[in-house]
Amino acid sequence: MPSELVKKYYRTDNLPHIWCPGCGNGIVTRAIVKAIDTLGLDKNNVCIVSGIGCSSRAPGYLDFNTLHTTHGRALAFATGVKLANPELEIIVVTGDGDSSAIGGNHLIHACRRNINLTTIVFNNNTYGMTGGQYSPTTPTGDKGTTAPYGNIDPSFDLCKLSAAAGASYVARGTIFAANMLEKSIVEAIQNKGFSLVEAYTTCPTYYGRKNKKGSPVDMATYLKDNAVNVVAWDKLSAEKKVGKFVIGKLHEETRPEYTKAYDELVESLAKGD
Amino acid sequence: MAVKLMQGNEACVAGALRAGMTFYAGYPITPSTEIAELSAEELPKIGGKFIQMEDEIASIAAALGASLAGRKSMTATSGPGFSLKQENIGYGIITETPVVVVNVQRNGPSTGLPTSPAQGDIMQARWGTHGDHSIIALYPSSVKEIYNITIRAFNLAEKYRTPVILLLDEIIGHMREKVEINEDDNIEIIDRKKPSCKPEDYKAFKVNKGDIVPEMAAFGKGYRFHVTGLAHDETGFPTGNEIKAGQLYSRLMSKIEDNKDDIVTYEEYKLEDAKIAIVSYGSISRSSKSAVDSLREMGYKIGLFRPITIWPSPEAQLFELGKKMDKVYVIELNAGQYFLEVDRLAGKNCQVEKFGKINGEIITPEEIIALIKEENHA
Repeated sequence: MPSELVKKYYRTDNLPHIWCPGCGNGIVTRAIVKAIDTLGLDKNNVCIVSGIGCSSRAPGYLDFNTLHTTHGRALAFATGVKLANPELEIIVVTGDGDSSAIGGNHLIHACRRNINLTTIVFNNNTYGMTGGQYSPTTPTGDKGTTAPYGNIDPSFDLCKLSAAAGASYVARGTIFAANMLEKSIVEAIQNKGFSLVEAYTTCPTYYGRKNKKGSPVDMATYLKDNAVNVVAWDKLSAEKKVGKFVIGKLHEETRPEYTKAYDELVESLAKGD
Repeated sequence: MAVKLMQGNEACVAGALRAGMTFYAGYPITPSTEIAELSAEELPKIGGKFIQMEDEIASIAAALGASLAGRKSMTATSGPGFSLKQENIGYGIITETPVVVVNVQRNGPSTGLPTSPAQGDIMQARWGTHGDHSIIALYPSSVKEIYNITIRAFNLAEKYRTPVILLLDEIIGHMREKVEINEDDNIEIIDRKKPSCKPEDYKAFKVNKGDIVPEMAAFGKGYRFHVTGLAHDETGFPTGNEIKAGQLYSRLMSKIEDNKDDIVTYEEYKLEDAKIAIVSYGSISRSSKSAVDSLREMGYKIGLFRPITIWPSPEAQLFELGKKMDKVYVIELNAGQYFLEVDRLAGKNCQVEKFGKINGEIITPEEIIALIKEENHA
């Protein structure tokens, strides 16, 4: 029996979903839905936009205005939807490859504009839909079907990238700490500007198998054991940070929001300023 | 009645605004930039939205997103940018999202001669995006006609729920002519049909009896629907079912192919008693028309057939043309792209020849006159 949350927000006719057993995407999707529920947003006023990839299939299962676009372009489509109707609360669902490789240009410019979109990156360190190729967030040395000898590419830190490009709210969470992830998504939606939440998720089928990461539980446990809350992180020595990663709110600032700035322009022209 | 000296690109923006455009997303590229510049100036004045996106792909993506949120949207570009937009033109086709994509053609391939004219994107307009599909592409030939045809491009996009390609070229885009625009003109403006049913009964991709396309809700109006570039069923949800996918693709094509009588427009000039016809469009049709006038004075029985709707092509008319003529010349600023279409149709019954140029120069009336005189007697 589906839970009340599922009944309220999911298109249950479209279930079951396509994700593999052990995939973490359902947990991230649920965290998004819980955040929407916590905030009491009107379903008619929420628009969920995605690109292409495993994570980008999430909107099809959710009972909102939903837009599954082309690979990498979710933020560009979302920018059009938001500017066309700033009243809509827009959540962009994307993956690591979708947002930072093919869609990297749109990511940095959405950050720069500080347009009021909430972006949730499902980071599973791989291109899952196409069978496990290395992505811009695959750790150096890890394997993918296109990195049979280990990946020699350095990987992106999407949080640092977004903060540097101008995002006004940046956080990272994991599927293990799902409640904390939900809290970050709540804050991200509340932020009146561009927000990015990087959700570390797991792909046991491809990335996990290729890199001998064990079972789905082992992979989730890894996320538990190696995540360090930002409060503790700052007190850690460089040595102790090796092999660990930081979670929590990583960046917040107040900057003019794009659609508001545009509305002000329209208003000033109407007044003949 | 306002009489104005207008540039072609300027007339395009004027027409778009008259048609109800309230959203423009673009990226600077010669020779289409004036369309973005004027949209940036005019749209905020009327509460419309302009955005300069980070690239050409983002521009059409934003325009499609805005259209789904209920606005009439446009993007404009030229050769290299038109190449970049192709994937999302296909997205607009399969998701049935109205948008006008202007391509002010320039010489290519690649960066080519960026400020020189060409008509080299005729086939790209037809087949640029991958997969089987139909497309509407219009091509005016004067500044006044750019105004009217831009309105028509929006109307067709709304009526058939599809991207419409508006082909211009560097010559007509930058040319200035006297234009009379009467704002009180009884110009027909078509808006997409909104759903008449209750939200819970809404199937976003179901065609109601008697309609050509599904009714289109806007995001945020209570109809929570799904849009995807995947093959989808009537609810909009992805399907891998061959029957449903086949039905969708067939419907997307037939809504255009079965309505050619409505979509196809063309001009016939001095063809009544002609034995020789020139087929020519856009800027080069102006040289062709001038050549027809001169050749008529010399006693040649010659006329011009000018497609205004390039795609779907005026198939029946071109076939009939071949039956009436001894010879048809396709004169275009490329290496013979529309020639392939004309030869396929008119060529069944008469000789069809091509004449083109690809070096950035225009084709002059004198060149056309010389060509006809060399091969024909008056």
